[in-house]
Amino acid sequence: MEVFLQQLINGITVGSIYGLIAIGYTMVFGIIGMVNFAHGDVFMVSAFIAVVAFLFLTAWLGISSIAVVLFLVLLAAMVFTSVVNWVIERLAYRPLRGSFRLAPLISAIGMSIFLSNFVQVTQGPRNKSLPPLVRGDFVLLHGDNFPVTLSYKQIIIWGVTAVLLAAFWYLVARTSLGRAQRACEQDQKMAALVGVNVDRTISITFVIAAALAAVAGTMYMVQYGVVNFADGFTPGVKAFTAAVLGGIGSLPGAVVGGLLIGIIETMWSAYFSIDYKDVASFSVLAIVLIFLPQGLFGRPDVEKV
Amino acid sequence: MAAPAQGDGVGERVVGRAAAERVDVPHALRQAGVTAALAFALFLPLIGFQTVQNIRNELVLETRWSLLFWMVAIAGISRLVYDLVIAPWRARRAAARPRASTTAAGVWRRRLMPFAIGFLLVYPAVAIYGAGWTGATKWIDNFGIQILIYVMLGWGLNIVVGLAGLLDLGYVAFYAVGAYSYALLAKNFGFSFWILLPLAGILSSFWGIILGFPVLRLRGDYLAIVTLAFGEIIRLVLVNWVDLTNGYAGISGIPRPTFFGIPFTANDDGFAARFGLEFTPVYRTLFLYYLILALALLTAFVTVRLRRLPVGRAWEALREDEIACRSLGINTTNTKLTAFSIGAMFGGFAGSFFAARQGFISPESFTFLESATIVAIVVLGGMGSQIGVAIAAIVMVGGVEIMRELDFLKYVFGQDFDPTQYRMLIFGFAMVLVMIWRPRGLISTREPSVFLKERKAIASDLVGQGHG
Repeated sequence: MEVFLQQLINGITVGSIYGLIAIGYTMVFGIIGMVNFAHGDVFMVSAFIAVVAFLFLTAWLGISSIAVVLFLVLLAAMVFTSVVNWVIERLAYRPLRGSFRLAPLISAIGMSIFLSNFVQVTQGPRNKSLPPLVRGDFVLLHGDNFPVTLSYKQIIIWGVTAVLLAAFWYLVARTSLGRAQRACEQDQKMAALVGVNVDRTISITFVIAAALAAVAGTMYMVQYGVVNFADGFTPGVKAFTAAVLGGIGSLPGAVVGGLLIGIIETMWSAYFSIDYKDVASFSVLAIVLIFLPQGLFGRPDVEKV
Repeated sequence: MAAPAQGDGVGERVVGRAAAERVDVPHALRQAGVTAALAFALFLPLIGFQTVQNIRNELVLETRWSLLFWMVAIAGISRLVYDLVIAPWRARRAAARPRASTTAAGVWRRRLMPFAIGFLLVYPAVAIYGAGWTGATKWIDNFGIQILIYVMLGWGLNIVVGLAGLLDLGYVAFYAVGAYSYALLAKNFGFSFWILLPLAGILSSFWGIILGFPVLRLRGDYLAIVTLAFGEIIRLVLVNWVDLTNGYAGISGIPRPTFFGIPFTANDDGFAARFGLEFTPVYRTLFLYYLILALALLTAFVTVRLRRLPVGRAWEALREDEIACRSLGINTTNTKLTAFSIGAMFGGFAGSFFAARQGFISPESFTFLESATIVAIVVLGGMGSQIGVAIAAIVMVGGVEIMRELDFLKYVFGQDFDPTQYRMLIFGFAMVLVMIWRPRGLISTREPSVFLKERKAIASDLVGQGHG
């Protein structure tokens, strides 16, 4: 019971990071029907930006309040990662819009290779580790073997994720920008005819995706304190799994899918084998796609001649 | 399709001429400024600052302002040059050249083939003549064999991606199955290379059927991601099943292939001694070179023949339109499975050759990057085009290999400049650039394998692409 509860807490923490990345996949897939393969690496880049911003704020500017530092790091990571993804969309994907189906996917794979190697070349191949930023935890339950704890950093991750998700949900569901996005999702040509700036809407979608990936990257830094240039691929595929599990194109689906993948992964590590935890997540992807291709919240894909 | 396309061409020509005549300098300067500002924001966190570990193993920041300045300057100036020189030039060129919707049949390509094969046959002799007996090993091994492995993998995957239109991002799994089949069976049971080569192919195609069967209902991007997941699962099993595969440490001491029973050793019963030659290790390299050349040509030959069989025509029909195929009574599941398993078989052949050539394999050789490279070779070459795939393999793999040889760059950028570090960076960037330049690959025309009166190449803009 204690193990289960503790793993549930850990799973939700990891899962909220996956969920944040998954939203980027699901939004981009929804609007231009493309698997943005480089999104995992955009997440990794944002984690590096967060590390640099953290060092800049603490070591150079000497800010000691951890709350202020975290807020500024989050802001810096979101802004800079947004610029990165905006430029990527302009350079690598926009020229291929309306082109042959595989072209954007190959371009995105190339971008993914480029980003991870760019970070490797500019920041070095070694792990970047920071001292733990937030220490201390609550004891929720005194079990027989060990106490079930909820650490402060987990609370921070849950809180930040929830607040930002609510903000972005409001943006997509209630503002004219969100309406334009949903219009482009349904029919780009019709949306353009009624005065929606399709190019700009797609750019903004990439910017939002990057901003949420940057939140995930910052939270990743808070949680693990270690970043490596190769860290984009596996979380990227898992987040894509989460998006597929939730039903691709559905925002709540991506969050629920992320939480489920996080929980499945931590439970698998606790009860079966930690070596095979990635195998478990990838198997979930295959099983869901084979038996439930529309996901939990997605609409079935109707095939028309 | 043809009439509006011509209309567009005329319109573009007029617009192009107008654009060519006036170059808006202030606008170009503004654009260059914007680009430089963007480049500054892009490069500030990761180029302007570098995180390094100090003596106490703490992360500290160091700055690289001069490098940042040069990167920003390069970005701004390139944009300026593009707007003032390249864009008008392209507009003029587009205006001068009317748009062609059909091109001449690929006659030169068919004439080129015998020369290409002839060159491949004499390539080792050229290398030995140019670099001497000892220097030739590097050229035959790194360039010849390495490129030919990727040509063969590209041709094998071409059956799946290019002919049947199924995007497979986990092709390296079959390559790994072939390599591990050879390594394990040869080490544990002592079977020879010539028995295990077909066996590895059979095992791989068996895995192709097992993995293909559940996923072939999926289409397009979904299929791509599931095959990627399967590829990763197989790699992770190879990493974690230490009892069988020895995990990350890999399998070493894999028996090398023999010349039909005669080993390439310095012993008395070795190849050199038997044929009365002086011993050099080049003989083995030569043998491996001709072996992979034969295997690659076999792949190409089988593909060309298969395209004329009913199953090959069904593959191409499936690529163009799956629904039409089904309504014509083609069993799409079986058709896809044959493509998957035959593609996997050639992957298995290449894998067992790879294991035999290296003598050592580990899961590191079968990462997603390999799959991505092979897919990139097929797509960049122009899906379905044999010669395009070969050219793409030579450019991509040979280009990456040649980066190792660029020692003169050290004199330009200083002694601690290491060009090999930038290989994958340039590789990824090149993938993006080639896609933007030619989204349908280097050779994008299609040549029908069945035709009524005359064989005509079909230009890429006339080819619709179904969702395979």
